[in-house]
Amino acid sequence: MRELGLEDHFAEGCEGAENTAARFELCQQLWDKLKTDTEALQDELNRKVLDSLLDLTRKCSTTRQHSDWASKMRASEIPTAALVLGVNVPDHDMTFQSLSELLQQSVTPHVASVQAKECGTLKHLMKRVLERLTGTAVDDEEEEEEGAEQTSTPLHKSSHCSLSTLCDWYNAKARKSSTGTPGKKRSSPTKDEHQQPPVVIIFKDLEAFNPRVLQNFILICSLYIERLPLMFIFGIATSPSTIQHMLPHSVSSLLCIELFQSLSCTQHLATVIDKLILTPQFPFKLNGKVMQVLISIFLYHDFSVRNFIKGVQLALLEHFHSQPLSVLCCKKKQALLNVTQLGHLDLERVRQLPSFKRYVERQEHQEQVSLLTDDGHLKEVCQRLIKDLRKYHKNYYPVLRCLHTLTSSLPRYPLGKQIRELHLICLEKNVSENEDYQSAMKLLKMLAKDELITLLQRCADILQSVKSKKMRTAHVQLEELLAKFKQLDSVETAPVVEENITSPVRNLQKKTDLFQLQKTLLEMNESRRSKKLSPFEVLRNDALEFIDGLVKSHLCPPESQTLNEACYYSSSATVRRHLNAAPRTSIQAALRTPYYYIQNDSLKTEDGSVSNAAPDICIAYKLHLECGRLINLFDWLEAYATVVSAAEGNDPDSDDYGKVDEVKHSRSSARFIQAVSELEFLGFIKSTKQKTDHVARLTWGGC
Amino acid sequence: MVLLTLTSAASGPCRWNGHWGRRRCHRPVAGGRRSMTALLQHPGYEDESLQRVAEQLPCREAQSAVLLSLMGQPQQYSYPSIFIYGHRASGKSHVMHVLLRELELPHATLSCVECVSGALLFQRVLLSLFGHEAAALLPRSASLSDFVRVYRQQCSLSPAEQTRFIVMEKAELLRDADANLLPALLRLQELVEDNVTVVLLSEIAWDKFRPNTGCFEPLLLHFPDYSKGELQQILSQDRHPSYSADFYSSYINILLGVFYSVCRDLRELRHLAALNFSKFCEPVAEGKVKETDTHKLWRNIEPHLKKAMQTVYLREVSSLQWEQMQQMEEKETGVVRGLSAHTHIELPYYSKFLLIAAYLASYNPARTDKRFFLKHHGKIKKTNFLKKNEKTSNHLLGPKPFPLDRLLAIFYSVVDNRVAPTASIFSQISSLVTLQLLAQVSHEDQLDAPKYKCAVSMDFICAISRTVNFDIVKYLYDFL
Repeated sequence: MRELGLEDHFAEGCEGAENTAARFELCQQLWDKLKTDTEALQDELNRKVLDSLLDLTRKCSTTRQHSDWASKMRASEIPTAALVLGVNVPDHDMTFQSLSELLQQSVTPHVASVQAKECGTLKHLMKRVLERLTGTAVDDEEEEEEGAEQTSTPLHKSSHCSLSTLCDWYNAKARKSSTGTPGKKRSSPTKDEHQQPPVVIIFKDLEAFNPRVLQNFILICSLYIERLPLMFIFGIATSPSTIQHMLPHSVSSLLCIELFQSLSCTQHLATVIDKLILTPQFPFKLNGKVMQVLISIFLYHDFSVRNFIKGVQLALLEHFHSQPLSVLCCKKKQALLNVTQLGHLDLERVRQLPSFKRYVERQEHQEQVSLLTDDGHLKEVCQRLIKDLRKYHKNYYPVLRCLHTLTSSLPRYPLGKQIRELHLICLEKNVSENEDYQSAMKLLKMLAKDELITLLQRCADILQSVKSKKMRTAHVQLEELLAKFKQLDSVETAPVVEENITSPVRNLQKKTDLFQLQKTLLEMNESRRSKKLSPFEVLRNDALEFIDGLVKSHLCPPESQTLNEACYYSSSATVRRHLNAAPRTSIQAALRTPYYYIQNDSLKTEDGSVSNAAPDICIAYKLHLECGRLINLFDWLEAYATVVSAAEGNDPDSDDYGKVDEVKHSRSSARFIQAVSELEFLGFIKSTKQKTDHVARLTWGGC
Repeated sequence: MVLLTLTSAASGPCRWNGHWGRRRCHRPVAGGRRSMTALLQHPGYEDESLQRVAEQLPCREAQSAVLLSLMGQPQQYSYPSIFIYGHRASGKSHVMHVLLRELELPHATLSCVECVSGALLFQRVLLSLFGHEAAALLPRSASLSDFVRVYRQQCSLSPAEQTRFIVMEKAELLRDADANLLPALLRLQELVEDNVTVVLLSEIAWDKFRPNTGCFEPLLLHFPDYSKGELQQILSQDRHPSYSADFYSSYINILLGVFYSVCRDLRELRHLAALNFSKFCEPVAEGKVKETDTHKLWRNIEPHLKKAMQTVYLREVSSLQWEQMQQMEEKETGVVRGLSAHTHIELPYYSKFLLIAAYLASYNPARTDKRFFLKHHGKIKKTNFLKKNEKTSNHLLGPKPFPLDRLLAIFYSVVDNRVAPTASIFSQISSLVTLQLLAQVSHEDQLDAPKYKCAVSMDFICAISRTVNFDIVKYLYDFL
């Protein structure tokens, strides 16, 4: 039922209504895959930290049973894990979710996580902890009955809200679990008695907690630590020194804090982009501008990977919603099938695509005619084009990775440090025409032999794993080149070359004069150019030419590919508007051009001026734009009254002008006052005491 | 036996601490226990249990004797309220606890931290004195009069044969509770007409408690800090089972030699002793040194203890990490960085600039903004617009509050490209507040023109501005 509702929403206002169902289906599939993949990826990334955290909890549950001297002396400390997660707070939820799931699966059933906003006072914090712990423990039927009983008498329960209640509950629970298993051997209950699962309390956002509340809570917990195996996990967004800022020594000395650092969010994003964006697996793609918007929101605003994924989701939805040809944005087989099912209207849409138009222009006349008139032929061509687009993607990503491996370690990073930067450059325009690319190539020529060989070797490794004809031949060629490099070692011609070069270098060391230096350098250059290239240099140039060839043939921007509109989402403005909303801009747009919001034709004006039939506040706003820092209210009213009376079609010369004047006047001044107070509410003006009957203007400039 | 004249005590506070101070100086440190047990004699209690009490309370004989005599015989009425104060870990709760437990007196012990509301406190008291049924009689969110009513009802059912004691730890928190709670507790005996004594334990002197409406004055008892000898004696008691008492005692001696100058907290010292003992007996376990060779042992452990003073004592490094470090040390001195070593924070680009702008707004006088952020500000010499109070460094005075408008104005002028005033800029400000890098000065409910303060240090902001290539020192009025 709900599914249907979603689909209805999707179909609402959708372009090309014929295939909405199919598009919705595809969109849903892609999003599900994207979601599961990102979740799996995040789990993978957090595995290390979470595993060590789990180890700690396990250890703290076992050390409690040791009765040796040292651990007895230390038993009063509460084991605490400080988990530093970075400032991307929206992402933390997922981490804590998987953490508590893992804890519950493998270490202890008693896990409670609390957030600062729900624990303003100690009482609330205590209540939340108790609720979560006793609530989660409800697993077998008897327990459930007990739980129901407790909830039916909330009066009684809330007055008992303290850790001693928790202690009793925990002991009852432990006893039940040890006696409730009659199937076990006689010795097992005693063992169970020893194996006390710890009670883990997770503070999701430590910084936001009220320090006093936290201090008191820790003090109380330390009173019970002998009876209750408590353990804390602090989620920290900034730095571990916050603990010291929040807790005085008398409190922090009750804790035994261990530090855990999670992966930084930039690395996280890099992995997400690497695994989910830079892969031919996902047919849906973002074009350069959209990608740029999403990445800059990440880097400039929130550092949140979750929001990045949300952005991708929005783009995905918008794409399938607004682009009827998005039915072709799916796996190869289905895309080919979908091509055959395209209706005439859709084929017309294909003909309208700019990329297709360009394609048609390149064809011969006969072909052009049949493309534009014969639907059957067009379908065949479309199938071929879709295959081509797939091939393009298959080759694009490995070559992109190769180029990245080669250039990412160059000095000053001409093509960027991260692969996403290179990807953006490539999406924008032909990378081989880029100046930075030229300079990167020049720098590559200066690499030492062994460096170049290791880089090329890594490229070969990348190409090896790709299943595509072109990439396979490329790999073979690269291997051949590498083999030749290795042969060079055995031939050994280097000393001869060195002899020639060293002499001017030696001269160079003597010279200190700038002019002389320049001269020698020129000479050196000259001599090098004239000199016959050494075998290594020849081979190096060959290798780089080969790479250049790969780049030129495979890294052309997606816009050059025919039918790219089916897979690439390009409306960056929509994404920006939705994800990075500018409230003031939209308020000003509404005031300046009310037509956009009210959709009333009479408000439409050409030159950006406001029609006098516009709402009062728009007129008042427009008039206030012409004023200086201080606005005289009376002048403003006069101007306003003039505009409004003009709108009502009053001719000052007509007969009954004088009669209605009184009424009109008071009415328009009432409307004016309302408009002014609305403007004040929106923050455009404020009252001032500098001058009587004046208000101060607060905004300038246009944005 | 300490003689007391309770007639004078009833009229006002009395202090015995001067008395004790003198006595303590002359007492031999070791072996004093046996002679002191003579003090703990009271006609109301059996000698055997008094003996047990004395054994468990080393170096607190005088105090327990006073308490005993105050308590009188079990069936006698005691003074309505006793206020015991002394520093952390000076044995206040321990003495009370041991006395009440060993002498088997009816009592309720509770910590005021735990009692978030008065109702919870009342419930606890009734629970431990009269059992569950009595506690259940209290209505939800019980008031003081409810408590008194239920108490009277219960004690008419089971009149006190022995003095009932209510011990409240961390009594300083009672000051924050309802205004009538503390005065009522102080004369609870009168209110409930029962043989009950309230004992308040606190680290704060009574003078800071006295409500301005006046109240019944409790008896004041001061627990002085343990002396070095006493600490030695107490710490030596928890010796390691596999080593001799003398060996452990010499270890404690060395430990106190290092730490006594910085820390006299018994609990903390005990913790440190436990942590470092394995290192101390390492040479003995390896067979290099005999247990009696104190000098060599001292040479071995001393640098180690000094290091512990820098790290574990300040809780820079947790005890678990410290133990791991000790194990690692043989192979490689693995550098475990303390908590305060991690101060670097990754922030989004605009958040960094918002923080920089906030710092500038907090530490520059508002009048100087023109000088820093206007293109044609003309030449304004610093001396010309110095006001008298601005001559002192703003950095010494601490951050000043600034309104949101000013923050944004500075932000737009320091950030190098045009930034639209989007919603996420504003949300970044509030997330900086939750991260405690900014502090909101005005009340949270004030939506109109909220005020903030910058809560980061100079070093921190310099590190942040370096990452965005912004020379913050050039914009700070103090460094002009």
